[in-house]
Amino acid sequence: MSKTREITVTVNGGVYRRAVEPRLLLADFLRGELGLTGTHVGCEHGVCGACTVMVESDSVRSCLMFAVQADGCRVETVEGLAAPGKMNALQAAFHEHHALQCGFCTPGMLMTATDMLKKYPLENDDAIREGLSGNLCRCTGYEHIVAAVRAVKAKVTPGP
Amino acid sequence: MKPAAFDYVIADSIDMAVASLADGGGDAKIIAGGQSLVPMLNFRLLRPSVLIDINRIGDLAFIEEAGKKIRVGALTRHYQLETSPVIARHLPVLASAMTHVAHLAIRNRGTIGGSLSHADPAAELPMMALLLDAELHIASASGKRTIAARDFFVGALTVDLARDDIVTEIVVPKLPPKTGWGFEEVARRSGDFALAAAAATLTLSAGFISQARIALTGVGDTPVRAAEAEALLVGQALEPGLMDRIIGAVRAAIEPDTDLHASSDYRRHLGGVLAGRAVSAAWRRANESAT
Repeated sequence: MSKTREITVTVNGGVYRRAVEPRLLLADFLRGELGLTGTHVGCEHGVCGACTVMVESDSVRSCLMFAVQADGCRVETVEGLAAPGKMNALQAAFHEHHALQCGFCTPGMLMTATDMLKKYPLENDDAIREGLSGNLCRCTGYEHIVAAVRAVKAKVTPGP
Repeated sequence: MKPAAFDYVIADSIDMAVASLADGGGDAKIIAGGQSLVPMLNFRLLRPSVLIDINRIGDLAFIEEAGKKIRVGALTRHYQLETSPVIARHLPVLASAMTHVAHLAIRNRGTIGGSLSHADPAAELPMMALLLDAELHIASASGKRTIAARDFFVGALTVDLARDDIVTEIVVPKLPPKTGWGFEEVARRSGDFALAAAAATLTLSAGFISQARIALTGVGDTPVRAAEAEALLVGQALEPGLMDRIIGAVRAAIEPDTDLHASSDYRRHLGGVLAGRAVSAAWRRANESAT
């Protein structure tokens, strides 16, 4: 056990102060310390994408970042996408297009899709598939996830 | 799958980072983006006693023009390189290469100093540094030095960095006028490490090639330049007969390993095909920019 460090992290708008060991992964901080179990832990080495969250509005793997590194940062998890009991447009599209089965990969898929919809034109399905290629899903065969992202993309008003 | 305990130091300057490294006596590690380091910590392949976090050093992430060169700070993220207007204008081949690096969440976090220091044998950035004749700036507690990319990569995951050295920036010459480029990669899945990748730049003078650069990655312990193929191109116009000799020279210049993903022969074949495509694309772009 190494000595703990006091951190303050803003998660989904709430400010949390905790003393943590430096080796505590951000994913385990969110789940174990804050009880935000929507962020899933799959491979723990940056391959499966299940633990993807936003830090300062950029998607990151929360298994490849330590909680101490998020000190002073804004973090958004899947719980922050919409108010309890509500769904945002992307979540509604996942529901509409049957883009999940067991749901284990879904939080990571949603956070990844949120970032790629913001950053890339996603002009065709190939671009959507490429954007999702860092997130593993063992149920759906990906088709319906691609369809859900495509549907949201079509609704987003094109820029000037 | 959880890291062993370590002490954690936040460096707020390069001086503090190199001093902490020296204090660590060889058992300290720098963490930047952590996209290669943290998996190794999680697997406990590495158990440093001290982790020195350089993410909060303010003046280490930048992309700026300096005359005929571009300076890139070590803490610059892959995504910044991918989307920088300065890079798009002066080093478009580098922007193109960055889109092949892993996935967005990794590119958001991974740094260029980290990728170059880690030197994975199939990574894109070391190959680009070699292709573009980049120079690396290195700091340690005892002073500063610069080293050419061609001297920096010495083996798989092995570079010319002492235990208390840290890469602070890379300096890359802008592509000259009338220069075309190409970047080609084959991976099993988009974002995976390359089975092989190749990049090329061709500079024209009066319709003939005055400078040719070809680099490959994934085909050996370090990225390589195909010097013989480059020499064959200089003074020439690209013709089908010449292309066959170029591809032959590229294949002769590489000695790929066989692994789980591909045989040595397959990688050698692929290296030739990809280098040929990159040279063709560079020729086309060079002629477009010359007209």
